[in-house]
Amino acid sequence: MRRRRFLWVALATPGVLWLLLLFVFPFYVVLSLAFGTLDPLFLSPVPIWNPMHWIPDQFTYVLSHLAGAAGFYGPAILRTFAYVFIASVGCLLIAYPVAYYVSRFGGKRKGMLLVLLIAPFWISYMMRMLAWVNLLQIDGWINKVLSFGGIFNVHIAWLDGRPSTVILGLIYGYIPYMILPLYAGLDRIENSLLEAARDLGASRWSTFRRVTLPMSKSAVVASLLLVTLPMVGDYFTNDLLSASPSTAMFGNLINTAIEADSQVGKGAALLIIMFVVLLAPMLYYVRMTEKAEGGAV
Amino acid sequence: MTTVNAVSGGRVSWWRNPWRKPRILAAITWGYLAWSLLPVGIAALFSFNSGRSRTSLQGLSMRWYYGDPSLSVLHDPTRQGALIHTFVLGILTTVIAVPLGVAFALGIDRWRGRLPAGFNFAMLMSFVVPEIIMGVSLFFVVTRLHTPLHAGTAGQVVGLVTFQLSYPVIIVRARLLTIGKHYEEAATDLGASRLGAIRRVLLPMLYPAIFASTVLVFADVIDDFVIVQKLSAGAGTEPVAVKIYNTARGAPTPALNALATLLLAASLIAITLGYLGYKLLSRNEGQSSIESFAGQV
Repeated sequence: MRRRRFLWVALATPGVLWLLLLFVFPFYVVLSLAFGTLDPLFLSPVPIWNPMHWIPDQFTYVLSHLAGAAGFYGPAILRTFAYVFIASVGCLLIAYPVAYYVSRFGGKRKGMLLVLLIAPFWISYMMRMLAWVNLLQIDGWINKVLSFGGIFNVHIAWLDGRPSTVILGLIYGYIPYMILPLYAGLDRIENSLLEAARDLGASRWSTFRRVTLPMSKSAVVASLLLVTLPMVGDYFTNDLLSASPSTAMFGNLINTAIEADSQVGKGAALLIIMFVVLLAPMLYYVRMTEKAEGGAV
Repeated sequence: MTTVNAVSGGRVSWWRNPWRKPRILAAITWGYLAWSLLPVGIAALFSFNSGRSRTSLQGLSMRWYYGDPSLSVLHDPTRQGALIHTFVLGILTTVIAVPLGVAFALGIDRWRGRLPAGFNFAMLMSFVVPEIIMGVSLFFVVTRLHTPLHAGTAGQVVGLVTFQLSYPVIIVRARLLTIGKHYEEAATDLGASRLGAIRRVLLPMLYPAIFASTVLVFADVIDDFVIVQKLSAGAGTEPVAVKIYNTARGAPTPALNALATLLLAASLIAITLGYLGYKLLSRNEGQSSIESFAGQV
């Protein structure tokens, strides 16, 4: 029995060490910086390694600057959740009908439709944003289309810090990650169940509402998590499509903070706060995957 | 009402027909596909612009690929370097992450207990955690600690391996679940050693999954942005995605589009070859669907 186990331990060890050293330990470094202090002379961050001596100064600072006159962290964090909420709902409103159509009515074209749905998944996120940066220029194609060949004079500065541009960018950027798991979930539903509902007199709508929708609930939840979690940490979409502080998101706060020595501790504290806020949904997703693997204790 | 219609007109209007074609769903799907793919197509089209503009086409040429003596991708060392660096990162990361992940998956799958469950949990967390959290924590390790790990190619590869490790693990574990244990047990009953059973029975059955994760990791790495940006050491180690991020909002020439288009072509070629190879490898198993190749884990 012992000899048998040795092989599995040996196989797992390199990966385990890698994860401990380069995933778990760096997180401890973030904690030590966030609960650390500042060198009074050089204003550089000094991590405190012993958890017994951790000082919550950085957190007090960040938390006391959430709201009020000096509250420059709060608005960006609230904005992030508003953007992410609207963008996630937007993603779902587009992705569900598309996934539903392809899984139920794809027919002979199903393979081709799937390839087209998967394509954006393999196009670099940055290239997809670059495409919109070019289209949304003041003399770009979007304004040209809106001016109907010069009938109207349209000079909308889409890229000058508009929340709507950032939210549309988020929807555009993350929706492929949602459509695929939704499609997989919807495709698993047995056709015979839906046929039974129709044969028993349910209309198309009530079949959907009373059979398809309840059966796709877990796929909806999983796909929502798959887009919501990375969206909260997104900073580049805003940088590319707005570049204005008026639409800065949570990720932008962290990204700016870690650039300056004196702000590193605050950046680390913000990162911890982001992690804590997202902990419940992350654990929920991990739990779902463990159940699917069937091997979890 | 319906019957009156049916009797008088001989046929029902299409929205009253319970078996009507789902035209609205079809319209949403095709509209979505156009919205998701056309902008990228236009960006690729502009890479062939013979003028400098990124908003109006002034004829088609290969100027930005190789024609222009100083600004084209071929003749501008920074752009050429970015493309090469992207592939170097892709290859190195894949070569390390896939064997590490496959061994981890095998070990963790068979080694039962609380400890491996904990390691599996850490692996799944590395899968769901927003990239910015992993990227910034590694950025702190590289910039704030005196370790042998430095920003630049080595740091980027290490970070990317950490981020990608979960892909092969999850894909291989899903496959192990469907294979079950009896093939291996049959092999050992027939006199194979434990290691021999893995090498000669289990591993060949895992080839499709290993191959799929190789392609997925490679294609994902060449499109990666956050980790490579956080761990780059100056212009020399910036891959294509970071170059796009840095210059998209400035006044780039269509050479940037050309660079992005080359990356796009590389991704699509890798995925297509990968898919064909995957089909070939798993041809005896009758389960080579496109979905299993969409990063669906």
